Amino acid sequence: MTDQQTLEPPAPPEAPGPRSPRRSRGDGSHARNFSAGFVVKLILVALVDALGVYGILAALAVQSWGILAFLVLALVAVNWIYFSKRAVPGKYLIPGLLFLLVYQLFVMAYTGYVAFTNYGDGHNSTKADAVEAISIQNETRVEGSPTLPLTVVQRDGELGFAVVQDGDAEVGTAEEPFTAADDATVEGERVTAVPGWEVLGFAQIAEQQAAITELRVPFSDDPSEGSVRTQDGSTGYVYQSTLVYDEATDTFTDSATGETYTPSESGNFVSEDGDVLTPGWRVGVGLDNFTRVFTDSRLAGPFAQITVWTFAFAFLSVLTTFAVGLFLAIVFNDPRIRGRKVYRSLLILPYAFPGFLSALVWKGMLNERFGFVNEVLLGGADIGWLTSPWLAKLSILMVNLWLGFPYMFIVCTGALQAIPADTIEAAKIDGAGAWRIFRSMTLPLLMISVAPLLIASFAFNFNNFTLIYMLTGGGPNFVGTPVVVGHTDLLISMVYSVAFESGNKQYGLASALSILIFIVVGAISYVGFRRTRKLEEI
Amino acid sequence: MRRSIPVVAATLGLALTLTACSGSGDTGDDTSAAPTESAGATGTLTMWVDDTRINEMEPVVATFTESTGIDVELVQKASGDIGKDFVAQVPTGEGPDVIISAHDGLGEWVNNGVVAPLELGDKAGDFSESAIAGVTYDGKVYGTPISIENIALVRNNALLTDTPAATFDELVAQAKSAGTPFSVLVQQGPDSDPYHLYPLQTSFGAPVFEQSADGSYTDTLSMGGPAGDAFAAYLAKLGAEGVLDLAVDGEKAKQAFLDGQAPYMITGPWNTSAFEEAGMDIAVLPVPSAGGQPAQPFVGVQGAFVSAKSENPVLANELVVNFLSTEAAQDALYAEGGRMPANSASAAKVDNGILKGFGEAGATGAPMPAIPAMSSVWAFWGATEAQIISGQAEPVSTWNTMVANVQDAVDKV
Repeated sequence: MTDQQTLEPPAPPEAPGPRSPRRSRGDGSHARNFSAGFVVKLILVALVDALGVYGILAALAVQSWGILAFLVLALVAVNWIYFSKRAVPGKYLIPGLLFLLVYQLFVMAYTGYVAFTNYGDGHNSTKADAVEAISIQNETRVEGSPTLPLTVVQRDGELGFAVVQDGDAEVGTAEEPFTAADDATVEGERVTAVPGWEVLGFAQIAEQQAAITELRVPFSDDPSEGSVRTQDGSTGYVYQSTLVYDEATDTFTDSATGETYTPSESGNFVSEDGDVLTPGWRVGVGLDNFTRVFTDSRLAGPFAQITVWTFAFAFLSVLTTFAVGLFLAIVFNDPRIRGRKVYRSLLILPYAFPGFLSALVWKGMLNERFGFVNEVLLGGADIGWLTSPWLAKLSILMVNLWLGFPYMFIVCTGALQAIPADTIEAAKIDGAGAWRIFRSMTLPLLMISVAPLLIASFAFNFNNFTLIYMLTGGGPNFVGTPVVVGHTDLLISMVYSVAFESGNKQYGLASALSILIFIVVGAISYVGFRRTRKLEEI
Repeated sequence: MRRSIPVVAATLGLALTLTACSGSGDTGDDTSAAPTESAGATGTLTMWVDDTRINEMEPVVATFTESTGIDVELVQKASGDIGKDFVAQVPTGEGPDVIISAHDGLGEWVNNGVVAPLELGDKAGDFSESAIAGVTYDGKVYGTPISIENIALVRNNALLTDTPAATFDELVAQAKSAGTPFSVLVQQGPDSDPYHLYPLQTSFGAPVFEQSADGSYTDTLSMGGPAGDAFAAYLAKLGAEGVLDLAVDGEKAKQAFLDGQAPYMITGPWNTSAFEEAGMDIAVLPVPSAGGQPAQPFVGVQGAFVSAKSENPVLANELVVNFLSTEAAQDALYAEGGRMPANSASAAKVDNGILKGFGEAGATGAPMPAIPAMSSVWAFWGATEAQIISGQAEPVSTWNTMVANVQDAVDKV
């Protein structure tokens, strides 16, 4: 909308010839030209700016500098382009470019980045987070130690704990171990006032939560007796760290055995004996994820079988849907058929349902015991449409045929109608039969426009995760394979079960495998498109 | 204190934006909010709850807000997403403060450092041992148990009125005498259902993992050996007899039982409420043993867990450790939701024959393992049981291959 409006003052200021009164008023400067279009543009850009500024502040709050930089640049670009007179093409391009950046290029770059890391379960976050998590997970309550009713106190900005032990009040801080505070007031089990200290109420505790939960007050002068901490500001327990982090050497030391854990290349703290502390953190692992599929003996066996089926499935899906779609298109292209429009509309129906929904409905209909196909159509037959390996493959192809032929039908109908009728008529006059015309005229002419779509359809079916996941879930499973994959798994659904369903989620591996699949599909499509160019030479 | 910078920035940013958007009228409210804060409201906690629990949680946290001034923002999530999203979002700082979830994801959360240990202190004694065992991982407590769930044998009293059977075979024989299309319904699916078959498996003495002395699971599988072989053969037998049928999934089993097509069904409390609503007269019993030893179902514990990166650790502990663990809170949750409370004193007050039946059946139960490798175990386990039940594979050798594969997968995790 804005694009059209901004084009309104078209004449450059130095345009020769007499100026009309209207033009002289609208000499292009927005300072003097307040046309309706300009106001609309101003409002729209203001909205975009408001959204952008909100995003910038939000990014600032969570310290996401990358997002912040991108938003600032994008906002500057948007404002410059829509208020500059020299960037007319940019006005059309910038929305698309921005979306391309965010939804395509960024996703691709991020997938590429993740593929070279070990991001996944156990390596979920940064090293700082891992150190913190290991520290808190290995701070254990001293066995048999008392539950201490605790009060948080403060003096000159320094926090401390006041506890009651064996009826006596004691006060301590991070620096000073607990010492008796005889002048403290104890009500019930709890210290309510200590001279020289301010007792913090719950509201004040809530304002300094991080400082209070991080405070450790030594239990006594002997550090081996542990320290008191609190999680709720009202109860204290004595804790001891079994693993202590030393920032200077970047190691964890086991306080009981003295064993040290040093950071390893794979993003874990590891002891000399090979004991690993969890969690680890995200590190780059080079090409490991890419080579795993070939080096991991567990994947090698099913991988070959699944690759063959993936190619077979993609190829047969394209072939069957195209054959049926083309046949129906030719049939319903014949002017002698009455009510063609009704038939055509009905045939397009499967295309109108969401694919995953249809797959679920088919799954129900093909159920061995209760499905519509066995129960009603086949009179109570006991055919394992989805449970026998070969029938499951057949079922998938049939369901995909049902889902896919309307698309081919639409495409072929369009292409058929674009073939000039006089060339066909000329062929008829020359004495060609129907089959001859189809073989030598219709099909080659059709392929010019349809072949690229067939390649796209092949690429789509090569990665048709939805259908497999919804219809069979990859099953029936192979018997006894070391990864749980099945006879109808495609490469992409195998990646899913290996990377996400096999115990721990491995985003790095999944990214690497999907890039490998992309390379395969990309190469096939490239070769395919090269060859279709030859078709145009007819 | 490091974390307070983004909070200040966020508040500032939000305030600026709101001021910018809403004009001059609102600025007065922003400044006047600060003094009242210290008197009443002391903060806001975000809590993730699944769709089946949010309604019962709402009034209970409302009483918490009333007594402490801490606002609790409940966010409804699909139950399958809570654990996954917790792992993904806590590291970004966008995660919740508290989640209510089944305990079987605990190992994964600990392994990813997203859940903070809690100290229940003396309150641990208020809960049953299996409830505490559920929220414990590697010897440390990470959550407050909320409710307990397990499966048991449910009988349709309209078809059969007593159960003299001492073994599962006798049960099947008695059930067949009722003349219904199904005998004992155990829900299956294309990948079987190891969870619902587990009582039968344990009755052969083949639990999934070895348990150490304190009841926690080790990484060593114990499904193999002669006990496992016997169970595999028994599965094949039940499959051949048609007692187990992969085509009967959860929905179909439930519908068949509702339609009076089977006298027995092995299921959990999540289905019995539907049976009662349909006006059925049902009884809940322990599952009879198939292999001679007690049939132990898995016990699932719903617990409240605190994020390791919560910005309000004190408030979150106040809610989870000091409030949700109490008898009063668990009574209120039971009154609203009707699930077996984990607090022993609340559980003792439950006066509902069906829930009591589940409680008795689960008394001998084993906590569901929470180790991270469990999801890979489920996948292998179900796939193999499905192959045995459908007769696709030779039971004993297939079972043993699976045990080797699972051990391999567990060791690699």
